[in-house]
Amino acid sequence: MAASWTPDQPIVQCVDVRKSFGALEVLKGISLSVKKGEVICIIGPSGSGKSTLIRCINALQPISSGSIQIEGIEVTAPKLDKLALRRKVGMVFQQYNLFPHKTALQNVMMAPIHVLRQNRAEVEVRARALLAKVRLAGKEDSYPGELSGGQQQRVAIARSLAMRPDIMLFDEVTAALDPETVKEVLVTIRELAEDGMTCLLVTHEMNFAREVADHVYFTDRGVIVEHGPPETLFTAAKDERTQRFLSQVL
Amino acid sequence: MQAIGNWFQHLYETTGLNFSVFYDAYDWDRYLNGLKMTLFLSVTTIVLSLIIGAAGALMQGSPSRLLRLAVNAFVVVFRNTPPLVQIFFFYFGLGTMLPAVEAAGMRVPLLSNVQWAIISLSLFAAAFNVEIFRSGIEAVPSTTIEAAEALGYTRLKAYTHIVLPLAIRVCLPALNNNLVNLLKTTTLAYAIAVPETLYAVKQIWSESQNVFEMMILLLATYGILVGVLVWLMHRWERAMRIPGYGR
Repeated sequence: MAASWTPDQPIVQCVDVRKSFGALEVLKGISLSVKKGEVICIIGPSGSGKSTLIRCINALQPISSGSIQIEGIEVTAPKLDKLALRRKVGMVFQQYNLFPHKTALQNVMMAPIHVLRQNRAEVEVRARALLAKVRLAGKEDSYPGELSGGQQQRVAIARSLAMRPDIMLFDEVTAALDPETVKEVLVTIRELAEDGMTCLLVTHEMNFAREVADHVYFTDRGVIVEHGPPETLFTAAKDERTQRFLSQVL
Repeated sequence: MQAIGNWFQHLYETTGLNFSVFYDAYDWDRYLNGLKMTLFLSVTTIVLSLIIGAAGALMQGSPSRLLRLAVNAFVVVFRNTPPLVQIFFFYFGLGTMLPAVEAAGMRVPLLSNVQWAIISLSLFAAAFNVEIFRSGIEAVPSTTIEAAEALGYTRLKAYTHIVLPLAIRVCLPALNNNLVNLLKTTTLAYAIAVPETLYAVKQIWSESQNVFEMMILLLATYGILVGVLVWLMHRWERAMRIPGYGR
């Protein structure tokens, strides 16, 4: 499987993904693909299964049926090499989830040293550069508890980038932030996208989706209702559910 | 030193208060050896109980039901029974069942009374440490562990680098209490003739007929030992404090 994957094929390929929690079916056959360098946004009302999908893609949650492939690695395989998967996939969470007992710099350095066993000195050089990239130069020695939400979230982005992933997953990363700091995080993600990073975002930031996304998926109650380039979806949505949602949030 | 000895000798002659350990070299040696044994018991049992406790807490989170059951059984057995009975069980119960070994031409038990005391007390304190560590581990948000997982950490690596360092901060006050208790519980080794402080001081007072004075000495000794331990633990707590975290 993995051997047959070539870079011109989609990085993420979901086919008929279903996921149930007990009797509740949260994902009812989701299919989508993300190509290299693309920025994909998933929008939709709360409870539509957006976050569940993104967590399934990273094997944080098992799916009930269907197939998810990351660069040809089948996520549902019983003998999944989780490390191989997670080296390719970076993930940023709504609640930042930084390691509170480590400084910003240490947070960024930890995984490459502990997981990839890379040279500490080299990792530090890269970690400092990453923090500068997310505009946090000077905050290297601050602990997460001393940083604002927006700053913490940018440390979290730098922490994921330190593993040199091929794709970044963003799970409502601005949902816990106050409006002023949302912008600084979105600027960071936009810069990443402009650098060519493949991004899959679950977001409520419609303007961001409109400006940055190459393709937008609208989900509702576990299905993809409609998808297309943002200019089409946001201005000429065909489905009545999409229209209603967009009229409420825009 | 000589001045102190003279003062206590003078105290004895004028008031009858006989702190023999401070002017009698023989009693002083016995007391000092007892103190050394207490320190040895305390340090080894604290270290072992921390290791066993951490391992037990890790196993409690294991996917294997059997392992979790075993840890729970261990905790129940050692928490629900008196430590003195445990020491007797190990020394008189298990100790006599083990084969004796040849040493210097004599047949001696495989494990000495000191070794049994260490095993027994470590397990006793470890049972509490398992529960204390568990409470700390449960206080670490599952989302933090998920973030580690998403970065490629295995369960064990996440445990050592992220969960334990955070958990230890949460459970330090409770751990502090348990270790203080453990230090005081080392006096139970007296019951299987381990020459620790209580044992040594008891020998002194039965020969020198100064029960009251030696009792005072004993209380002061443990008061100071625990004071030092608490001071060290508080220093550790302060050193572990994370700026901006949890307050």
